[in-house]
Amino acid sequence: MANEDLKYTESHEWARQEGDVVTVGLSDYAVEQLGDIVFLELPSVGDQVTKGAPFGAIESVKAAADIYAPVSGEVAEVNEALPDEPELFKTDCFGQAWLIKIKPSDPAQWDSLMDTAAYAEHVRGQ
Amino acid sequence: MKLIYEKSIPGRRGMRPAQSDVPAGNNINPEWRREKEAKLPELGEVDVVRHFTGLSKGNFGVDTYFYPLGSCTMKYNPKSSERIAGFSGFADLHPLLGDMPKGGALSQGALQVLYEIDLMMREITGMAAFTTQPLAGAHGELTGILTMAAYHREKKNQKSKLIIPDSSHGTNPASGAVAGYELVLVPSDENGVIDLGALKKTVDDQVAGLMLTCPNTLGLFNPHIKEICDLIHGVDGLMYYDGANMNAIVGKARPGDMGFDIVHLNLHKTFATPHGGGGPGAGPVGVIEKLEQFLPVPIVVRNNDGSYGLDYHRPKSIGKIAPFYGNFGVILKSYVYILMLGKEGLERVSENAVLNTNYIKEKLKDYYDLPVPGLCKHECVFSASRQMKLGVHAIDIAKGLIDRGFHPPTVYFPLTVREALMIEPTETESKETIDAFIEAMIDIAKTAQTDPDSLHASPTTTIVGRMDETTAARNLNIACLD
Amino acid sequence: MPFITNTEQQQKEMLQDLGLTMEQLFEDIPKDLRCAGLDLPSGLSEQEVQQQLEHLAGLNADDLICFMGGGVYDHFIPAAINAITSRGEFYTAYTPYQPELSQGTLQAIYEYQSAICRLTEMEVANASVYDGGTALYEAIMMARRATRREKIILDDGVNPIYRQIVRTHVRSLPVELVEVAHADGQINRKEIWAQIDDKTAAVVVQNPNFFGFIDDFTDIAETVHAQKALLIVSVHPLSLGILKTPGAMGADIVTGEGQSLGLPMSFGGPFLGFIATRMPHVRKLPGRIAGQTLDHQGRRGFVLTLQAREQHIRREKATSNICTNEALCALTALIYLSLAGKQGLKEIAQLCANKACYAYQRLTQIPQVKPHFDYQWFFNEFVIDLPLSAKEASEKLIEKGIAAGFPLSRYYKDMDKSLLIAVTEKRTKQQIDRLAQALEAIL
Repeated sequence: MANEDLKYTESHEWARQEGDVVTVGLSDYAVEQLGDIVFLELPSVGDQVTKGAPFGAIESVKAAADIYAPVSGEVAEVNEALPDEPELFKTDCFGQAWLIKIKPSDPAQWDSLMDTAAYAEHVRGQ
Repeated sequence: MKLIYEKSIPGRRGMRPAQSDVPAGNNINPEWRREKEAKLPELGEVDVVRHFTGLSKGNFGVDTYFYPLGSCTMKYNPKSSERIAGFSGFADLHPLLGDMPKGGALSQGALQVLYEIDLMMREITGMAAFTTQPLAGAHGELTGILTMAAYHREKKNQKSKLIIPDSSHGTNPASGAVAGYELVLVPSDENGVIDLGALKKTVDDQVAGLMLTCPNTLGLFNPHIKEICDLIHGVDGLMYYDGANMNAIVGKARPGDMGFDIVHLNLHKTFATPHGGGGPGAGPVGVIEKLEQFLPVPIVVRNNDGSYGLDYHRPKSIGKIAPFYGNFGVILKSYVYILMLGKEGLERVSENAVLNTNYIKEKLKDYYDLPVPGLCKHECVFSASRQMKLGVHAIDIAKGLIDRGFHPPTVYFPLTVREALMIEPTETESKETIDAFIEAMIDIAKTAQTDPDSLHASPTTTIVGRMDETTAARNLNIACLD
Repeated sequence: MPFITNTEQQQKEMLQDLGLTMEQLFEDIPKDLRCAGLDLPSGLSEQEVQQQLEHLAGLNADDLICFMGGGVYDHFIPAAINAITSRGEFYTAYTPYQPELSQGTLQAIYEYQSAICRLTEMEVANASVYDGGTALYEAIMMARRATRREKIILDDGVNPIYRQIVRTHVRSLPVELVEVAHADGQINRKEIWAQIDDKTAAVVVQNPNFFGFIDDFTDIAETVHAQKALLIVSVHPLSLGILKTPGAMGADIVTGEGQSLGLPMSFGGPFLGFIATRMPHVRKLPGRIAGQTLDHQGRRGFVLTLQAREQHIRREKATSNICTNEALCALTALIYLSLAGKQGLKEIAQLCANKACYAYQRLTQIPQVKPHFDYQWFFNEFVIDLPLSAKEASEKLIEKGIAAGFPLSRYYKDMDKSLLIAVTEKRTKQQIDRLAQALEAIL
């Protein structure tokens, strides 16, 4: 998979560093576990998020989960179209189904996230 | 089937109110009248009766056939209770009559029912006092947790945490959370009961209490229950008994003797009142002596002259959890049930519930995986993990049962068992019925090997097939407004 | 044994198959925890129990002419309701978790949700909660979540029992509950407006209020919305046959007690709490919700939807702990509303208003009887003042076969002589005149 530049959390969010923002999404494993997604709640631009704390929620028919911030910072952009097109999670969870972009307040937090190999190991252990 | 609104014919009338025998009033401000009539159906009585008779045919109840829905105790609901609850001396009684002067002289019969069922529940659970106010099991949980909070407030205990096992009903953590507690989850051990080692590590002086079903959702009686109670009491925590599984032990063991401090009973489970398609229920709460002062007001009391009254003078009470004395109509049905069964009958309840369950467990253990083998109580949990390898999931087994004439067991609960099938037969089912169910389950296990697709296609014998739940949630249509 | 179908022979056979005795089935319970038997009477036959209960029912005064109200009313109940709800397919079913076997319950819930929306002119409703009081508490919890604020402004014209229920529930929560005293029986707009600020989650009002006054809260809705707070209105559903709806006033959450829609008074329950709101708050609604969808062959059907809000999935993060609700009572209300229909509901509501108006005029003509407040607009209830204690008066009237109303001293200070009188369509002119004559006789 061509996601070598991504980092991951234990709660199955991915993060991608592009310039001074970190884009956040849900891993394919998380999407598969949830099943058909029916609802998504995201923060607003300008909201503060904290590493390890929930910033949104996602629902499928039979499950619900909080979405956790991989790094702390301010929400710079929100994927406003996504809640109306939940199929995107299935077709392109690492691309078009991104959730938010964060302007990190502590760049050092990036290094605490798992790389692709570590995350693959983490998923195997689930 | 058409919606009742789609059957409406303009101008048609059902019920006609009586002719007015008073002059028109002038007490409604013309500007505060509703602009258009409410868009209610316009139908004759026969149309309405046929509509709902038609709907009833799309339903399955205990009166239809075997309904082994785990943790719901779908036992037979005696018809005598229904008739008695309809007596006008009960049904047409205004609740505030109990509050009228002379201590409710106008509702002595109703107060006596409440007083006596309180005594019966004390005896059955080993508690010192009950409130009949809570209106459902989860409502009882909340009442119990608020009572717990009042106790800690009174003792000036700083408590923030409530412990629950990972196999608990979802209402336990939800009730704790709405009462303001932080929930701490303790895993189950390899025997399926709460992990004692993990629990010991969790317990500290922040712990307000522990909520437990015993037997638990796997139908297992916890052998360390006394030790757990001692552990929690050691930090001045309280033990909460979720009575959802009381049918397993009624007449055989009492939560009070085990060391529990607060108990709720689901009258619509153990004490045979109908589930009504989702309610009403009743969830009376019993407590040990030192907690009695915190129960909601009013409490029904027996006066020195033998009459019954309502006691509101309880300054440490948590207040009111429901408007009056609980779901009286439901409580009354359980009172009738307990009178009919008596002490011997109640013991036979748990005996036969446990016998039926173990019989099913024994007969199906070669066909479905058993996460915890051995003796169980009122319910048993299988895993469809063996069938899953053939592409057949718990939900497919459930739907296959529907085509074989049975209501499915609870599926995918408890969360601690993969592909869980949770079966609770209750005591009111006969060996023939249970044998037929076992036969159907075996047939499904065999079909999973020979023709899994037929299970994926089930059910085919119902008025609708499997529903598209994703579309239902994505394109919400939850009311017909025009 | 009653209701246990297995014969002793069958029990024996099953135990043989297990290779166990009945005693051994309970071996997992430690010996010192097993009880030796219950100290309860032996069982009785159906006939004996019925005779006992007939005796107890006879001790209750259900035959008084009822002018009691306070949120529970003596309305006429058509026979067709019991004929339908006593079908075992409805009342012995449980929560419709298996939609293919529960289309009757599910469609009925969907139709009930629609009926509540049509009655209140709101957009969405749930499948019911316990009663009018807990419905109000749940609405307050919704408003806290929707606004992430903690201040709740509660008009004390809201049923005092409901207010007590709310206080009990929020005791351990960071809620700031501000109760605003009424002004001459009606909502104190000035004080309410003064209280509304940017910390306010909701303003809670009732129509008609506990003293019987009706109102139009449109202006309060506007003020509340200017602060991005919510307006919660508790309503008497039958009054909506003729009264301006909370939806038209701009309410955000509407709650109420559905007992007047075909449910017997039954000494306080089972009743029916309803909650309706607007679409943006649908995920904050507690309890079950039925939704329409299609099966795999394209046939219309109904399912429980938005279950991810509920406790069996979301556990401690659920919007509410409610699980069992009042489904059969919701079915009752739906049947009542369907039988009454568009015209019938309007006529019944108007009859209540007319009879209350007649009773008010007739009673206040008695020289010693005064209205407690200056009533102009009221629906089915009002408060009168007597020259003696209301408790004493109601006692005397009971001896004359009349439950004349509820003495308000239990819930309001300085109202020792006040009686809350409710009049439904069931009360005849003759019964109202009899109440007046009985009052005249004791004064």
